[in-house]
Amino acid sequence: MRFDNLQFEKNVDENLLSNDCINKINFWLKKFPFDKRRSVIIPALRIVQDFNNGFLTIKLMDAIAKFLDIPNMYVYEVATFYSMYELKRVGKYKLSLCTNISCLLNGSDEIVSHLKNKLNVDFNEITKDGKFSLKEVECLAACGGAPVMQIGNKYYENLTIDKIDKILDNLE
Amino acid sequence: MMLNKVCFRTLHLKNSWLLSTYESIGGYSVLRSIIKEKVAPEKIIEEIKLSGLRGRGGAGFPTGLKWSFFPRNSSGQKYVVCNSDEGEPGTFKDRDILLYNPHQLIEGMIIAAYTLGATVGYNYVRGEFDEPIFRIESAINEAISAGYLGNNILGSNFNFNLYNSHGAGAYICGEETGLIESLEGKKGQPRYKPPFPANYGVYGRPTNINNTETYATVPVILEKGGKWHLEIGKPNNGGCKIFSVSGHVNKPGNYEIPLGTPFSDLLNLSGGVKNGKKISAVIPGGSSSPILPADIMMNLTMDYDSISKAGSMLGSGAVIVIDSDMCKVRLLARITHFYAEESCGQCTPCREGTPWMANIMHRLLHGHGEISDIDLLNSIAANIMGNTICALGDAAAMPVQGFIKYYRNDLELYINNKKLNKK
Repeated sequence: MRFDNLQFEKNVDENLLSNDCINKINFWLKKFPFDKRRSVIIPALRIVQDFNNGFLTIKLMDAIAKFLDIPNMYVYEVATFYSMYELKRVGKYKLSLCTNISCLLNGSDEIVSHLKNKLNVDFNEITKDGKFSLKEVECLAACGGAPVMQIGNKYYENLTIDKIDKILDNLE
Repeated sequence: MMLNKVCFRTLHLKNSWLLSTYESIGGYSVLRSIIKEKVAPEKIIEEIKLSGLRGRGGAGFPTGLKWSFFPRNSSGQKYVVCNSDEGEPGTFKDRDILLYNPHQLIEGMIIAAYTLGATVGYNYVRGEFDEPIFRIESAINEAISAGYLGNNILGSNFNFNLYNSHGAGAYICGEETGLIESLEGKKGQPRYKPPFPANYGVYGRPTNINNTETYATVPVILEKGGKWHLEIGKPNNGGCKIFSVSGHVNKPGNYEIPLGTPFSDLLNLSGGVKNGKKISAVIPGGSSSPILPADIMMNLTMDYDSISKAGSMLGSGAVIVIDSDMCKVRLLARITHFYAEESCGQCTPCREGTPWMANIMHRLLHGHGEISDIDLLNSIAANIMGNTICALGDAAAMPVQGFIKYYRNDLELYINNKKLNKK
């Protein structure tokens, strides 16, 4: 298990899931048969993670399990398997950099070292002010615009050092 | 040359993703006539078989044959699923279909559902695709309002509800049974086959899975006829295929061209090699396909049979062009790292073998390699090959074997040079 903060709480505070979260989860519940609610775990974790500053906690996972009325372990399994879930705190902006073949061929090494120097962090670390964190990701399927980086919902393509500086300056 | 005429046929239009644009080029007319004339499913399957359409996701299995195996007359719930979990490094074609021509995918899926007797469909979109899923979600809503989706489609008694499903970052979910597990809300660990998804798929029900590009090709085949499609390509390699060209080229991008087009033409289309350098090698079908030196590649045509005869794979059509300055050791190290990251951990040969290969490449890259490591890599790859539940094991082994086959000298030179520098 990759959890650092592993603790099992008997009484889960259902209020952890805001009404907004629950509305969004309900939208996904409509897509699957009622007895197949397990299918909603993947989107539910995304929704809750977005509301919790980009990372998950055991308590949030338990709240999802309770809301969907499924065993907690089902939720833990998913949360630890997929790469987009964060089990530790991340920066306000998570910079997901692709370093796979096409990006490598187009200079992702340069981008990586520029960002590491500029922000004074390594991969999977957060800047002191908590604004940025760096993550190395696998192919984002936008190799025509390599090198590529994802921040939030958005892809940034054809990155250069100048372009990155501008992108970061524009993030509040 | 025939360019962008099938899945990308709306690409030159403004707001190509809107229903009105798609209808303006005859979109949904095939579905209308199928429903109006109550075309028999057998006839549709025959037409797809005739067209020579082969799965565009990477395996290249004949789509008509797949559909003909489907137990479409069995009772109970059946599903059609679209694999939009585009993850093969180098591939970026499905993203453009979702972004720029989502209605053609939807029409293809509706026709598949009609043919196979399914009433529910899922389009599994990879987790990172937030912009594309937004597009396809709006397109589905447009199609529902227009009466193409939902209950009693176009006044008939045919019902089909299509939903988007979203992944969360896992290459393995592009494997069809891994995708099904993920759709069921589990870890995306592939299942043993048989039973195949056609008999035991989503929630244990018969499920037909095709790639985004495959579904999006169906409406055009039925509009223009299977024979038309077959005659575009080469025998046994019918139709057009989107090639995602990336790497050291001047105009990287997606090019939808007839199968059987010479590689040199595709290279010209994508603007030739960047910075006037010389081409040294090509990965012809995504990172899983063995690398081919340029002199072999320049004499090949871009189709399933030609590339596989040369010892590689057409795969998903991801063509990665590499110039002569690129260090092959670095490249192979990155590829082995990818498979070590993405192995799902289910089968021992892959779980243990992929990080082992990545570690060897890492130490080799940093000057701690031995000549014997090359044979060690080969033997690990051979022990993964064919010994795992799904094809990820093979996909991790094939590029290693390919590199060693053609670039053993480069590897030896690199190891020896690093040793000399240390002395």
